[in-house]
Amino acid sequence: MFDPGLLNYWIIMILMMTGLYTVIAKGNLIKKIIGLGIFQVSVIMFFVSMGKVRGGTAPIAGEGFEVFSNPVPHVLMLTAIVVAVATLAFALALVVRIKEEYDTIEEDEIRELEAGEEG
Amino acid sequence: MIDILHIILFVFLVAIGIAIIRLRDLFAAVMLAGIFSLLSATLFTVMDAVDVAFTEAAVGAGISTLLMLATLSVTSSEEKPTANRRQALIGLIVVTFTGAALIYGTLDMPSYGDPDAPIHHHMAPRFIEDSPEEIGIPNQVTSVLASYRGYDTWGETTVILAAAIGVMLLFATPVVSRRREEELLAPGEGSG
Amino acid sequence: MVTRHVILRSLSKVLIPLIMLFALYVQFHGDYGPGGGFQAGVIFGAGIILYSLIFGLPKARMVFRLRVLQIIMASGVLLYGSVGIATILKGGNFLDYNVLAHDPVHGQHLGILLVELGVGLTVCSVMATLFFLFTERRRREDV
Repeated sequence: MFDPGLLNYWIIMILMMTGLYTVIAKGNLIKKIIGLGIFQVSVIMFFVSMGKVRGGTAPIAGEGFEVFSNPVPHVLMLTAIVVAVATLAFALALVVRIKEEYDTIEEDEIRELEAGEEG
Repeated sequence: MIDILHIILFVFLVAIGIAIIRLRDLFAAVMLAGIFSLLSATLFTVMDAVDVAFTEAAVGAGISTLLMLATLSVTSSEEKPTANRRQALIGLIVVTFTGAALIYGTLDMPSYGDPDAPIHHHMAPRFIEDSPEEIGIPNQVTSVLASYRGYDTWGETTVILAAAIGVMLLFATPVVSRRREEELLAPGEGSG
Repeated sequence: MVTRHVILRSLSKVLIPLIMLFALYVQFHGDYGPGGGFQAGVIFGAGIILYSLIFGLPKARMVFRLRVLQIIMASGVLLYGSVGIATILKGGNFLDYNVLAHDPVHGQHLGILLVELGVGLTVCSVMATLFFLFTERRRREDV
């Protein structure tokens, strides 16, 4: 049942869940964005660790290297990281606008203000 | 098997993740997030993904941290202490079940670094064997990124442009907020 | 302001050109080692951001005008797309660099160079613009 080769993936899952917990349980919007970032990095780590080949080297051809790690996950995750920073910038801009409109970045306080406006 | 370097880095990463949950000082949390990115870049290097590591170190530890600090200087740098135990409990339950399901899902996976894994037998051999002759450059990641998957990369560049345009549009509004304007117009009555 | 941070200012005067030179190295050496347009763009953008952190936002905005940065970020995407159009006009598929030169391998070299340049231009100007926008927001709020 216990395969030490899977330990890597399990630790990545724990990291992923740390990020998810921050997103769900924390009310502060910046904290949520940091949690989302942790989740993102864990997913990237998961993909990259699937592409690793034992005894392989970085996928750059050169004299005397025969075994390479899989370049496809690397390319996909390179894309993901750059898109991540684009979405991060947009999310932070939204947080700044929320702060300006509501004067708070706590989720429950925003809800109260919204409820007060409707009532 | 994973070696000792992996274990050390993973222990640090988990510790930083838990510290970020516990910390209420947002400046410290942002700095820890930067360290998290830098450590994961080290881990990517160990896993042979040098290009990914390079990008993560430049983007995650550099630009992301800077943007978050710039945001903190506009907003507040302290998280409000919340006594919302219900939300924490729901989070814990969701996380436990999701994590258990994900770990159950990994049981069928080939072990780490296995050369016989299916992922290494479909597309990758074609790229690894043919790209130095077809494209003529040694870095296979660049040749896949810019040539074989060029269309994808173009779309991604457009996403970055779109993000910049989105931020410009969000910040195109004047700084004085609706609420403050109301307060300025009707002093002494307080806000809603 | 002029007398403050003497060490930082004189050190960054040496460092910023080196950072930008390293970005260019990463940009054009991406075919042979780790690197490419994304990384180079981010590093060049970091150089611009360091300049504006040390010498102040107004001075940086005089050097790197927002209008110019906007044109650069759009022209990067446009350069990428026009390489694709050029390959169609030359009789190939969209972004099929083989037809760009007489030798397919040379065509691939040229295509990848241009495409990575487009990515680098866009990423660099977007990163600098994002930083300017966020810090500008705070400055106006203080007034």
